[in-house]
Amino acid sequence: MAGAMDLPAKGGFSFDLCRRNAMLAEKGLKMPGFRKTGTTIVGLVFQDGVVLGADTRATEGPIVADKNCEKIHYMAPNIYCCGAGTAADTEAVTDMVSSQLQLHRYATGRESRVVTALTLLKSHLFSYQGHVSAALVLGGVDVTGPHLHTVYPHGSTDTLPFATMGSGSLAAMSVFESKYKEGLTREEGIQLVSDAICAGIFNDLGSGSNVDVCVITKGKTEYLRNHQLPNPRTYASSKGYSFTKGQTEVLSTKITQLKPKVEIAEGDAMEE
Amino acid sequence: MSIFEYNGSAVVAMVGKNCFAIASDRRLGVQLQTVATDFQRAFKIHDKLYIGLSGLATDAQTLYQRLVFRHKLYQLREERDMKPQTFASLVSALLYEKRFGPYFCQPVIAGLGDNDEPFICTMDCLGAKELAKDFVVSGTASESLYGACESMYKPGMEPEELFETISQALLASVDRDCLSGWGGYVLLVTPTEVQERVLKGRMD
Repeated sequence: MAGAMDLPAKGGFSFDLCRRNAMLAEKGLKMPGFRKTGTTIVGLVFQDGVVLGADTRATEGPIVADKNCEKIHYMAPNIYCCGAGTAADTEAVTDMVSSQLQLHRYATGRESRVVTALTLLKSHLFSYQGHVSAALVLGGVDVTGPHLHTVYPHGSTDTLPFATMGSGSLAAMSVFESKYKEGLTREEGIQLVSDAICAGIFNDLGSGSNVDVCVITKGKTEYLRNHQLPNPRTYASSKGYSFTKGQTEVLSTKITQLKPKVEIAEGDAMEE
Repeated sequence: MSIFEYNGSAVVAMVGKNCFAIASDRRLGVQLQTVATDFQRAFKIHDKLYIGLSGLATDAQTLYQRLVFRHKLYQLREERDMKPQTFASLVSALLYEKRFGPYFCQPVIAGLGDNDEPFICTMDCLGAKELAKDFVVSGTASESLYGACESMYKPGMEPEELFETISQALLASVDRDCLSGWGGYVLLVTPTEVQERVLKGRMD
């Protein structure tokens, strides 16, 4: 069996290491934990459109792997998607659907609709029966108006006026249930979303750091990265550590000069 | 024991002023027995792009060979080197392709991009990218490395100070991890030169 020509794959998953990994698991070696996004993600519909919000902590077990990651992913100029669950799955699935939406826009010549993104996501997730662990809050404004949906890892979806997902969803939902009303203004919507995310940040251990907000209205999208920074790092010493040169014991050193790359300029066509 | 703890590893990369440093430990073990003390974990892709691979050593070597193959094809087609951001996306795609039967590796990618702007990133074994502006860590000693780097790192360090800082952070962290250590290997890359140094550490 050749497998010798490692041609770039045509796309989709490849399962050739599964047998080896199953054998290792049988021998008693535990499978690794993947980076999850812990997370509090929310969305709500206000009078002119949709506001999405997310925290920015990425966890690897109990350790914080990234203190300022981006959980609000671009799908289309008028559609954004927040992701919770396994970080690789949310990134891969949102990137994939975003590319499919772009191809669809080229084919149809029209602005993408939120239900298109929704159908592409749910059919992909359903076909993997929940093994692609991505829980998403999808929101956007298209010709038919503002839309907000939640997508679960097994492929089910809900259409809601306000939604929360992730480990901090209960903390955020309590804020929404007490303060949400229809016809919120843009400032009220952003404030409510920020309050809900802060509830998740302060009360859920899987969520933390900063608040990202994305406001989508007809014809305009504003991505407010790090809209609030309620957890600044205040304990760092101003002097910091300083190591003097030569403090580390070195056994051997090798210094290679980098040759500057030669630029090949396009010559002009010869004049005849 | 977890599959990541089979060989033991520690890799860290830090950003300085127009330069970056990538460092790794040198131990190769089979669970608690040490088999080699000169194992290479940080590899060169091209002059200004390096990748450190922690986790299962066999997967690290296989993944490195595949990446070098893909990069050479890219060089032939595009007639130039890959930018670090592009390479990070390539590694992420290669790892995610094996989503349900993954390579047990956590890469650390470090390079100089456009205008010699330093770029570092790390990924989990499925390819979830984590870009950072200061430092990235991976391996069995990662928890200690997070702590050491968090306290020792300062933004905008010159190459000499960056070398000292990353070396001290690495040596301090691997001393608290049984499965990694036995010296250190540090690569410091500036726009004009590459400095490779082997560190003297505790051999236990």
